[in-house]
Amino acid sequence: MANVTTLPANTKWWNGGRSPFNASYGKVMMWYFLMSDAFTFGAFLISYGTIRFSVNDWADPNAVFNAFPFAGHANLPLAFVSLMTFILIFSSVTMVLAVHEGHHMNRKGVEKYMILTILGGIAFLSCQAWEWTHLLTGEHATLLADGTLTTMSTTPSSNPWGQHVDVAGINAALAKTSDVELAKVFATVGSHGADHGSATAVLGRNEMITAIQAAAPHVYTEGRPAFGSYFFGITGFHGFHVFSGVVINIVMYIKTKLGHFDQRGHYEMIEKAGLYWHFVDLVWVFVFLCFYLI
Amino acid sequence: MSNHTISPEITYNPEVSGSTKVIWKTFWILSALTIVELILGLAIYNIHKGESPNHGLVLGFKALVCILTLAKAFYIVAVFMHLGAELRNFIMTITVTLGLFVWFIIAFLWDGNSWKNMRNTNAGSREYKIEKVEKLPAVKEGVKQ
Repeated sequence: MANVTTLPANTKWWNGGRSPFNASYGKVMMWYFLMSDAFTFGAFLISYGTIRFSVNDWADPNAVFNAFPFAGHANLPLAFVSLMTFILIFSSVTMVLAVHEGHHMNRKGVEKYMILTILGGIAFLSCQAWEWTHLLTGEHATLLADGTLTTMSTTPSSNPWGQHVDVAGINAALAKTSDVELAKVFATVGSHGADHGSATAVLGRNEMITAIQAAAPHVYTEGRPAFGSYFFGITGFHGFHVFSGVVINIVMYIKTKLGHFDQRGHYEMIEKAGLYWHFVDLVWVFVFLCFYLI
Repeated sequence: MSNHTISPEITYNPEVSGSTKVIWKTFWILSALTIVELILGLAIYNIHKGESPNHGLVLGFKALVCILTLAKAFYIVAVFMHLGAELRNFIMTITVTLGLFVWFIIAFLWDGNSWKNMRNTNAGSREYKIEKVEKLPAVKEGVKQ
C-alpha cells in the first residue's frame, strides 16, 4: 500500500499534489452538493415557519395526522409518522453497515445491506403514498365562512383544519346547510352514523341531521390553504429525494453485484451514495419536527 | 485488508475499525432521542386537549424537541456521514457555512412574528380591521358590493 494509516507529522496540506482535505474530489463535491441542498430544504422550511409565525391560527398536526392503516377512525396521533421515522433511521443504519462492509472489501456484505437499505426506502415511500392518499381523499365536514357545512379534503389548495367548532355551532350550521351538502357531510360520518349504508338514499333531511348529530363529528372551520401547500410541497420534495436515493442505491447494488468496485479496488461509490442517503434521513428529522411535532 | 488506494490525492487512510459497535450505539441513541421526542409530542397533544392549555409549558416542550432534533442531526452527520472523522479544515468548510442558518432562521421567524403583530394591532400602515374583514362571511361581502 502506498498510503499510510497515520497522519504524517508536518504534512504540508496546501503545497499541492494532495487533497488538502484528504478526501477525493467526488466525496468533497458530494458534501458541497448536500450543503447546497440543505439550504434549499432550509429555505422551504424557514418559509413555512415564517408564514406560521405570521398568522394567528394553524392546523393542529395531531388532528390532521392521526390515522393509521387498517385502524379505521381510531385517533392515533404521531403513530404512523413514528413508524415512518423508524423505517428511515433503520435504513440509515443498514446503509452505514453497507459502507462499513465496503471498507473491508466484503462484497456479499455490501450486497446484503444495500438490499435492506433499498427495501427500507421503498417501505418509506409506500408509507408516504398511503399518507398522501389518506389526506387527499379523506373528506371532512367543514364549516364555511357563510355558516353552512360542506366537506373537503386536505390538498395543496384546501384545508379542513381551521378552528374547532362546538356542538352549538354545528347544530346552527346544520340547519342552514343545503340538502346536497348535508348528504356529503352525512357520508363522511360513515360508520359512526346510526343507519349508514344502503339506507343513505332514502334518508330525509331531518334523519340525516339526527344521524350527523349522533355521530358527533369533529368539525373545523376552513383553514389556511398554505398548510396543504407547504405540507405537500416539502414532503413531496423530500419524497422525491428518497425516490432518487432508492434509484441511486439500486444502481450501486447492481454495480456491486457486477463486481465493478472490486475491480476498482475500493467501495468509495457506496460511501458517496451513503452520504446522499443519510442526508435524506437528516432532512426527514427536520420535516418530522416542523410538520408533526410542533 | 482495510486500506485501499482511492486516489493518489489521499495522503493517509485511517485504520477502519472491524467492529460495528459505534454504528449500533448511534442507532440506539437516535432511537432513544426519537422516543423522547414522541413522548414530548404526546405531552404537547394532551396539554392542548386540556381545558386551559399552559402555553408556556407547550413552548418549553417545543423548544426541548427542537434541541433533541439538533442532537439527532449531530449524530447522523458526525457518525453516519463520518464527518467527525474528516480533517478539521474540511469540517470547518461545511459547519461554518451552515452557520448562515443561525441568521436565516432568526431573521425570517422574526419577520413572520412582526407580520403577525401588524395583523393584530394597528402598527404600521395597515388598518386594524383588516384581519376582521378577512373573517367576514364571503356572501355578505358580495352583498355589500
